[in-house]
Amino acid sequence: MTPDVAEFAPLAAEIFVLAMACFILVLDAYLPDTRRLIAFRLTQVTLLGAAVLTWMQYDTMIGTTDRMVLLGGTYVADTLSMVLKLAVYAVSAGVFLYSRDYLRDRGILKGEYFVLGLFGVLGMMVMISAHNMLSVYLGLELLSLSMYTMVAFQRQNGVASEAAMKYFVLGAIASGMLLYGISMIYGASGSLDLAAIGRYVAEHGAEDRILAFGVVFIVAGLAFKLGNAPFHMWVPDIYNGAPTSVTLFIGAAPKIAAFAMVMRVLVEGLGGLHADWTPMLIILAVGSLAVGNVIAIAQTNIKRMLAYSTISHMGFVVLGILAANKVGYSGAMFYAITYALTSAGGFGLLVLLSRAGFEAEKLDDLKGLNDRNPWLAFLMLLLMFSMAGVPPTVGFYAKLSVLQAVVSADMVWLAAVAVFFSIIGAFYYIRVVKVMYFDKPEDEAPIFAGFDAKAVLSVNGLAVLALGVYPSGLMAWCAKALG
Amino acid sequence: MDMTPNMTLSENVLLSIVLAPLAGAIVAGLFSKAIGRAGAHWVTILGVLTSFLLSLTVFKALVFDGAAKFDATVYTWLVSEGVKFEVGFLVDKLTVLMMTVVTFVSLMVHIYTIGYMADDEHNWDEKSLAGKNSYQRFFSYISLFTFSMLMLVMANNFMQLFFGWEAVGVVSYLLIGFWSTRETAIYANLKAFLVNRVGDFGFLLGIAAVLMSFNSLNYAEVFAAAPRMADATFQVFPGVDWSLLSVIGILLFVGAMGKSAQMPLHVWLPDSMEGPTPISALIHAATMVTAGIFMVARMSPIYELSETALSVVLVIGALTAFFTGLLGLVQHDIKRVVAYSTLSQLGYMTVALGASAYSAAIFHLMTHAFFKALLFLAAGSVIIAMHHEQDMRKMGGLKKYMPITYWTSLLGSLALIGFPGFSGFFSKDGIIEAVHHSHIAGSSLAYFSVTAGVFITALYSFRMFFLVFHGQERMDEHTRHHLHETPAVVTVPLMLLAIPSVILGFFTVGPVLFGDYFGDAIYVAAAHDGLAVMGEHFHGAFGFILHGMMGLPFWLASAGVFTAWFIYMKRPDIADVFQDKLSVVHRILENKYGFDDFNQKVFGDGSRGLGGLLWQVGDVKVIDGAAVNGSARLVGWFSTVVRHIQTGYLYHYAFAMIIGLLVLLSWVVVPGFVR
Repeated sequence: MTPDVAEFAPLAAEIFVLAMACFILVLDAYLPDTRRLIAFRLTQVTLLGAAVLTWMQYDTMIGTTDRMVLLGGTYVADTLSMVLKLAVYAVSAGVFLYSRDYLRDRGILKGEYFVLGLFGVLGMMVMISAHNMLSVYLGLELLSLSMYTMVAFQRQNGVASEAAMKYFVLGAIASGMLLYGISMIYGASGSLDLAAIGRYVAEHGAEDRILAFGVVFIVAGLAFKLGNAPFHMWVPDIYNGAPTSVTLFIGAAPKIAAFAMVMRVLVEGLGGLHADWTPMLIILAVGSLAVGNVIAIAQTNIKRMLAYSTISHMGFVVLGILAANKVGYSGAMFYAITYALTSAGGFGLLVLLSRAGFEAEKLDDLKGLNDRNPWLAFLMLLLMFSMAGVPPTVGFYAKLSVLQAVVSADMVWLAAVAVFFSIIGAFYYIRVVKVMYFDKPEDEAPIFAGFDAKAVLSVNGLAVLALGVYPSGLMAWCAKALG
Repeated sequence: MDMTPNMTLSENVLLSIVLAPLAGAIVAGLFSKAIGRAGAHWVTILGVLTSFLLSLTVFKALVFDGAAKFDATVYTWLVSEGVKFEVGFLVDKLTVLMMTVVTFVSLMVHIYTIGYMADDEHNWDEKSLAGKNSYQRFFSYISLFTFSMLMLVMANNFMQLFFGWEAVGVVSYLLIGFWSTRETAIYANLKAFLVNRVGDFGFLLGIAAVLMSFNSLNYAEVFAAAPRMADATFQVFPGVDWSLLSVIGILLFVGAMGKSAQMPLHVWLPDSMEGPTPISALIHAATMVTAGIFMVARMSPIYELSETALSVVLVIGALTAFFTGLLGLVQHDIKRVVAYSTLSQLGYMTVALGASAYSAAIFHLMTHAFFKALLFLAAGSVIIAMHHEQDMRKMGGLKKYMPITYWTSLLGSLALIGFPGFSGFFSKDGIIEAVHHSHIAGSSLAYFSVTAGVFITALYSFRMFFLVFHGQERMDEHTRHHLHETPAVVTVPLMLLAIPSVILGFFTVGPVLFGDYFGDAIYVAAAHDGLAVMGEHFHGAFGFILHGMMGLPFWLASAGVFTAWFIYMKRPDIADVFQDKLSVVHRILENKYGFDDFNQKVFGDGSRGLGGLLWQVGDVKVIDGAAVNGSARLVGWFSTVVRHIQTGYLYHYAFAMIIGLLVLLSWVVVPGFVR
């Protein structure tokens, strides 16, 4: 396997992010504490540059081919990867912007934070473009290791360290399961290349039961990454324990990457076995919807509540995938992207509400937000309504498209279950709105937030509304990516 | 104008007649702030004036130039299983008479309203939002009413009839409750709404029955097919067969009972006097309440085929004419006296319908529209002068302060009691004679009612007249000091309405009542045609007057006026003696025969009780308690229990993952091997 230099040209975005991450790491070592913002700005520039490069790569590809497999079959560039990567850049850029003031207030505005973030982004990019079980695993571990470290970023904070430890150990178990599954697939098919596995599965999927064993372990590993019940236990503890800015990072873009990983491994590689993995995903989906929506009701900590909410939303993403048709895949993709956007907005708002020595993380901290800052309260209302699936926000359309796919796959009962748990879930989202609008504020402190962060949060909140009113643009991209 | 005998009516002219008031209503309603008060009354008056003048040209074309009637579809809304739902006009001599009356009275009321509503802001709380631009809104409403009423009378199908029927009902509701901050106004408009719902339910069932049996909603098609249905029956319950046309006729008449306030659905009309006086004149005297009369006349080809339906109409009308007239004797509120008088006169019209004297009913409808609008507006004029005092016990001797109002009221009252030569005389005598010639079941009861009613009408009319304009001045000093005749915008409509009230009957009695004015617009079976028998003895209006002066009704009316004079002017103490001696009767009348109490107790309290029961047991206990709160509590409890699974111990979490893996393995893979 001797790659041609010309083959590296399409990888310009990945190479650029890697180079910039190393550069920022070195540069930051020489920066005084007063000038840490340079690292932040360079990070944003990196994401912008990556977006440009990804778009150019896609642009040159158009007209010649809609899918390029490079580097001996380990890397793929297609519409799916382009759309998902752009979504990851956009969400990550927003997340870094929301985090800036939070980090500065706590004295942890370090270059390492952004460097780790960029390595995480790189890991996601590799996952999205993976076309080989090893590149899937490589990207996943790059992302995971960055996140373990970021959770432990406030190393003097005991809760955060405990969370990081839990995350690391459980993540290691999940990775082990995933690797074990991959090894079984490899043992059966004799290849790590997704295309080759796909061909083998198509031919021998029915009789070779080793494959089914492999799929179970792979699904377990993927379920951990998505945070599906019963592999969800880490989610509330890590969301709760990590600094809010890290929760924000974990809760947003990695969901898109996890969706990409499921699509690459299960659909592209093991698509022939969907009769095996559909029932497993049904268990995961129903479990996630039930656990996420029901337990969220008992939470008084809004970070924990949003963690359970994540679990239920990932249940919806899985619903779209298990329908195993084009409507379902594009619906799940639409769901993953818009959920990342909504989640970024929700945690972003908590980050903006926090300040030195005060963490906005209890439901009570949102009391009377409308009296303190009506605009932020309105944005939070939009985000909560979107999560609950109230029209005309995007959450409604996302749920609708997934449910359509489930119904079209003749699983009406499953759609009914999803709707049932969504109704239960609507309670705790609307409780947030009730607390903001109808309760008296306990905390009268003014809210300081940078103009740019507020502006981006406004765009973020209004995008939830705009995409709900006009979903067909993004939906068309999703349909094209999976066409 | 073209004089060719077979000229046709222009669709555009008819559309303009309907749409001009609508345009006025929209402009005055939506742009009230921009155009201001003067703009609002000008735009609506111009709209209604356009309608009136164009109606006159249509009247001339149809009546004098011999144009053919217009019956065509203007717009097809939808076609469903062969049944067309359309907007269409049927304009014949019956229609054009209604159009002219409606637009003329409406025009008068528009002009009068400028004076009546001039200081409407005093009727509102300063902070009231509804009080903003209320003047413009009022004009918008009455123009909208004119549009709706024209749609109703010009319809050529049941669909549009129903639209107009409901639209006038809505505007009536809005106008009765116009002063929406007054508790009594809201009570009254809710009452009108609810009672009309009862009538409209019957009406809608009637239309549904028409659609079901004729498979068409078009008048011409239904009327053409009706004779073939004369013997058709309709199974109400298994084993119970009713004549189809009787069922249709009675159901449609239930609608008319609501709209035209016939017993026992009359209870809303007296309360509707809570609305401003101009609309009492326009809607609750001259036009809307006569929609039921018009509708039955329009449906004459159906009613003529069912003597059962005609008998029902006759008896209901007779009861209404007699008993509501009596109630007028004990009222103290000047507007309520006129309201009960309206009920009684509507009863007369209904009696005429039941006696197959449709043209007499429409003739009385027309003359009544003018003199009753006149009486209402005169009452309004008195109310303005008295600073919105409506109690007759605080009036008296207004003659010298308000000469124009006095004389026009006198003319209106004489027309109402049927004094020979006045408009009301011709129409009322026509009805009484027609009932005399009728032989269907209930006609003798009806004859007694309408004849005795003449005495009662004269008594309550002149009781009011004497109490208001003659005798002692019973108002307080401040009011007396400010008493003066009302402005020209009020008195000019009074005078304009007085003219037709006096002379219209004399000139129209020949062609309308006994001639062939209506032609084929109204169909009367030969066996029922009492008017034709009377027509043989008709030798001109003078002869009719002379004949009338020798008849019983004239002497009854005179006796009524004399009695009123004697009791209320000559010997006021007699009134109290009567009240004591006949205290039982008086109390029954004061309680309005107990209709209101009955409705309040049985229907009002009953349905509220039922609602309360369903609320307490059905909603609070079952739905809220068990279904909503119960499930919420269950989920909440479940949630607090299962959250403890999240222990925080790493090995628990890892264990859960292993369990999950085992579940997936056993659930999915093992059955695969078994298979």
